[in-house]
Amino acid sequence: MVKLTINGRKIQAEEGTTILYAARDNNIFIPTLCENEAVSPYGACRLCLVQIKTARGRERLVTSCIYLVEEGLTVETNTERIRKIRGVLLELLLARCPDSEVIQEMAAKEGITITRFYKRKGNNKCILCANCARTCEEVVGVSAISLANRGVDRELTTPFGDDFSEACIGCGSCAYSCPTGAITLIDRGSKRTIKWPHNRMEFKLQKCSVCGNYWAPEKQIAYIAKTSGTKLSEYVACPDCRD
Amino acid sequence: MAKLKSPTELEALRQTIISQRDPRKIVVTICNGTGCHAHGCVAVTDAFRREVKKQKLTDKVDIRATGCHGFCERGPLVVIKPEDILYQRVRVKDVPEILTETIGKGSTIERLLYTDRESGSKLAHENDVPFYKLQKRLVFGNNGAIDPTSIEDYLAVGGYAALVKALKMKPEVIIDEVKKSGLRGRGGGGFPTGNKWESTRNARGDTRYIICNADEGDPGAYMDRSLVEGNPHSVLEGMIIGAYAIGSSEGYIYIRNEYPLAVQHVRKAIEQAKAYGLLGKNILGSGYDFDIHINRGGGAFICGESTALMASLEGRVGEPRAKYIHTSEQGLWGKPTNLNNAETWANVPIIINNGADWYGKIGTKNSKGTKIFSLVGNIVNTGLVEVPMGITLRKIVFDLGGGIPKNRKFKAVQTGGPSGGVIPESLLDLPVDFDELTKAGSMMGSGGMIVMDDKTCMVEIARYFVSFLEGESCGKCLPCREGLQQMRDILTRITEGKGKMSDVDLLEELSAVLQDAALCALGQQAPNPVMSTLKHFRDEYVAHIKEKKCPAGVCKIGDSKEK
Repeated sequence: MVKLTINGRKIQAEEGTTILYAARDNNIFIPTLCENEAVSPYGACRLCLVQIKTARGRERLVTSCIYLVEEGLTVETNTERIRKIRGVLLELLLARCPDSEVIQEMAAKEGITITRFYKRKGNNKCILCANCARTCEEVVGVSAISLANRGVDRELTTPFGDDFSEACIGCGSCAYSCPTGAITLIDRGSKRTIKWPHNRMEFKLQKCSVCGNYWAPEKQIAYIAKTSGTKLSEYVACPDCRD
Repeated sequence: MAKLKSPTELEALRQTIISQRDPRKIVVTICNGTGCHAHGCVAVTDAFRREVKKQKLTDKVDIRATGCHGFCERGPLVVIKPEDILYQRVRVKDVPEILTETIGKGSTIERLLYTDRESGSKLAHENDVPFYKLQKRLVFGNNGAIDPTSIEDYLAVGGYAALVKALKMKPEVIIDEVKKSGLRGRGGGGFPTGNKWESTRNARGDTRYIICNADEGDPGAYMDRSLVEGNPHSVLEGMIIGAYAIGSSEGYIYIRNEYPLAVQHVRKAIEQAKAYGLLGKNILGSGYDFDIHINRGGGAFICGESTALMASLEGRVGEPRAKYIHTSEQGLWGKPTNLNNAETWANVPIIINNGADWYGKIGTKNSKGTKIFSLVGNIVNTGLVEVPMGITLRKIVFDLGGGIPKNRKFKAVQTGGPSGGVIPESLLDLPVDFDELTKAGSMMGSGGMIVMDDKTCMVEIARYFVSFLEGESCGKCLPCREGLQQMRDILTRITEGKGKMSDVDLLEELSAVLQDAALCALGQQAPNPVMSTLKHFRDEYVAHIKEKKCPAGVCKIGDSKEK
């Protein structure tokens, strides 16, 4: 175990843990948008910046979602400098995504209700944190969507920007991992619709042979059967109706 | 070409090459760098080759197409050795006359000589020209002397002697020597090279990589380009020595694809070095193996950043990552990796040949050696200069650079590339080294120097650099991607006369956040042009905002146009 101090509290954390998780385990709140336990650390939103002082006395700002705990580390999560940075970052986010309730709420918590920056038109709620694309690649393993283009032109999209991605199995992990609700998933009858900021796709859902409910996209079931080496016939019933 | 199996064989080969060359024989060197290419040096070189045959001078004269001489403003440049007579702006029609008059009769041609700006007199020799006289060309010196496509030329000027020396040294001793020399990274970071080598050598793991960063991308900067084009073997030699010291058997040169001549020359150099057994298995019979691969960059500025470069090398999207774990521990493919800039590598053979003590005498306390700068913008002598660290900016701009053209006034010099800062006239006596430039709110960067005269609008300059960086931001982290967009937006508003005084505060606040919160150096240093123009030229911002006027007369603001 590693001993460190966060906001004056002496805590212990397992070696290899990030500052963010160590804080979270001890009910110390650090805001973040792009962090997701399911995928490897990324450090894009910068909201989880904290001020640290190492045992050797070196002071610096680090992203707590990447920096690992170390013996004798002193962490401050809410200094004036941090709050100032966080405030401007949230203002930038409010300007990028004026309609996102998640960001509005988060900003309000920090006492920020208006942005001094120019608000983007034609806005979507996407903050380009890549949670969706990273989940699709690292967890699902299909890389059906990804971030394309560089810098200000960066956007989440399907290959060639089409309303179709052959690799997509319709699992909806992207919608699930999106922190701002920029990706939506709607199941209606036998049809699932996934809407990304710039593209959309529809999937046929499979009907349970027992209860008759539509329970998963056919493509997803085929993918699971293929990757797990099981027979498709094992998936005729939904998990609730299987023995 | 037979493989050399020992240092003795290399020295024997060198002696053979030298003995076949008559030091008194006249050599016409013609700069064939990219700058002179644009001036038509290829036609001039061909004309020399044709004319030498025509005038039956082949026994008397050698024609050599060399790398960049640096004095790009006056190209195509021709230097006649051994006397070092410099002819500038040479055209095809001048060639027969040069051969009959200068080579045949020994007389100089007045109109092709450089005219001294102060005295108005003609200067015949390269080293009399102030542009060259004040330089210290350690790294760049051989550029004008050798044909970069000939390894024999490089060997004739003492090439690969440092490698021979290094192979007899223990790796740790080489690292100590580099540490002692005080060499710091020339790509912009200024990190002590020897320490980086040591960390990589001591990092856990069996496989280690070394990388040469030749992905130069600053607007107006072309030092690395000219070095790799003009003397590729010096970079290779540095890399082989470094790899031996670090314990690496595989290296990469990451080079811009937009530098076709550099790619071509470095490819040829690698082939030649391999053929002589200076690269590959069992180098010079030492039992040491090392190979170099070329990777051509796709033109993204961000790929000059070490972690983005490594991601790109691995075939992933060129985006940086946090460097809390150094690349010397986990770099390329997760293995310990040492990355240095091309100019840094080219300094290595010089240090090994002359020793750290000798090298340490050049430069300032914490910045040793020389630095190549590309002098561009509103300057008389556009070109590349290599100067000892510690020289003042005034000397570079006025003595070497010849000052500002059209009798205009000097206003500022931007150092350190787009994410550097402007330095005003009041700081011109600043000694140029890593620490002093940083203290002045700019940085050494990779060595770009853009000189600006009084017809330059500093708000527009800040807007230009921010918009360049906005276009080159990878977009991964929020402050850089969104912040630079907003910054450019605010600056554009000010240049259009639509700014408010509160915009200045917002720029300052945003700058501070980028410096603190951006993921990589691109974002962290991106506010430098804004911060430094605000620091030194705040009155220009105020004039745009309050008086709706552009003092330099650059920005077209509504009502000032009507007047």
